[in-house]
Amino acid sequence: MTEAKDERRPAGELEASVMAALWAADGPRTPGQVQADLAVDLARTTVTTTLTRLHDKGVVGRERQGRGYAYYPVEDAPGLTARRMHSELERDADRETVLARFVARLSSDDERVLRELLESGEQ
Amino acid sequence: MTVLLLVPPLLLPFAVHGLAGRALDRLHPVAALRALTLTAIVLAGASVSALGALVLTGLLALPLFAPLGELVHPLHTPPNALVLPVAAVATGVLTVSAWTLLRSALRQIRAYRTARRQAESSPAAGDLCVVDSPHPDAYALPGRPHRIVVTTGMLRTLAPAEREVLLAHERAHNAGGHYRYLLAAELAAHCHPGLRRLRDAVQLAAERAADEAAATAVGDRRLTAQAIARAALATRAAPSTRPDFASAATTGPVPQRVAALLATPADRPRSASWIALLLVACAAVSACAAASGVVVFHHEVEVAQGEAQR
Repeated sequence: MTEAKDERRPAGELEASVMAALWAADGPRTPGQVQADLAVDLARTTVTTTLTRLHDKGVVGRERQGRGYAYYPVEDAPGLTARRMHSELERDADRETVLARFVARLSSDDERVLRELLESGEQ
Repeated sequence: MTVLLLVPPLLLPFAVHGLAGRALDRLHPVAALRALTLTAIVLAGASVSALGALVLTGLLALPLFAPLGELVHPLHTPPNALVLPVAAVATGVLTVSAWTLLRSALRQIRAYRTARRQAESSPAAGDLCVVDSPHPDAYALPGRPHRIVVTTGMLRTLAPAEREVLLAHERAHNAGGHYRYLLAAELAAHCHPGLRRLRDAVQLAAERAADEAAATAVGDRRLTAQAIARAALATRAAPSTRPDFASAATTGPVPQRVAALLATPADRPRSASWIALLLVACAAVSACAAASGVVVFHHEVEVAQGEAQR
């Protein structure tokens, strides 16, 4: 068994990574599948504990699958509000807002340069 | 004399952006972020003081306002033919600045509130808030507690390891309190048009700082570069309702960030400290000139009020 080096990360960071994996997945995922979806090296029990905690918080739902559960992200009424507000924010958020966005808008030249950079890096 | 002292604070902001580009290349991103933001604040303060002094000089030169300043002697100023147009322009610039500054501040507050409400009503796991939207987007949301807001569109674009880069990047923004620098630079940019490019440099420095922190956290510069490039290209591909003002003439910030991550991090060249020193010198010259301009002007007013000797 490999030493799980990311075991000591704060619980909040584990929850975030697990939640991100669930949202990125197509359907309900078992703890084993979530473990495989994660880039971080976690023990299955840690993943299960994290999923259970998220379920207790009500941010993920679960359904019986075989002898265990499969988990899926919950989107309920608050989620819908969030989506409405997101479009509101999108309208407002032009380049002048100071929210630090992951990536800025690209020009067509930027796009070409980026593809070139990625290709040159892959060789 | 007074008017001459007020020239450097008004012209230096136009000259400083060349220095900003070099600071980004040579300094560590965190150092560049701090140095550039500080420079922007000082230059903005100096330029507003200089404009303010010019406006007051013009007002007191008018017979209508001279009694309000309790002037018993005429104010010792250059001829009115020079002072009045300059003061009129300064008044116009200050008014426009104040207006756009206020508008920007209100817009920031509104965007922040909307983002905060959105984060509070979204499912949160740890510091992550997921918004169910096909549009790929992600940002750090400062506040108590700090949050990372990511759309499902963005999560589905990235590979598992790349999602860790994204989370580490946004955590670095929150942990470094980058929003303070961004806000200061944004407000400074409204005080003087020359500072807009300095604001862009501050934004780039903040992103670079978060990129480097993410690269350290995941232990892979190439993976970090790849995540940023993929996220950016996905954003580009998604239909957007926002108008595209991006000019194609210059290389934008994202390719610069990716290139910096793919380049081997070299030892900082020796010129790094010179760049920092030049930035400090720029800010110092500007601040001193503005301060002495205001002091000299104040003295002139006191002389005119009969309270001080020439």
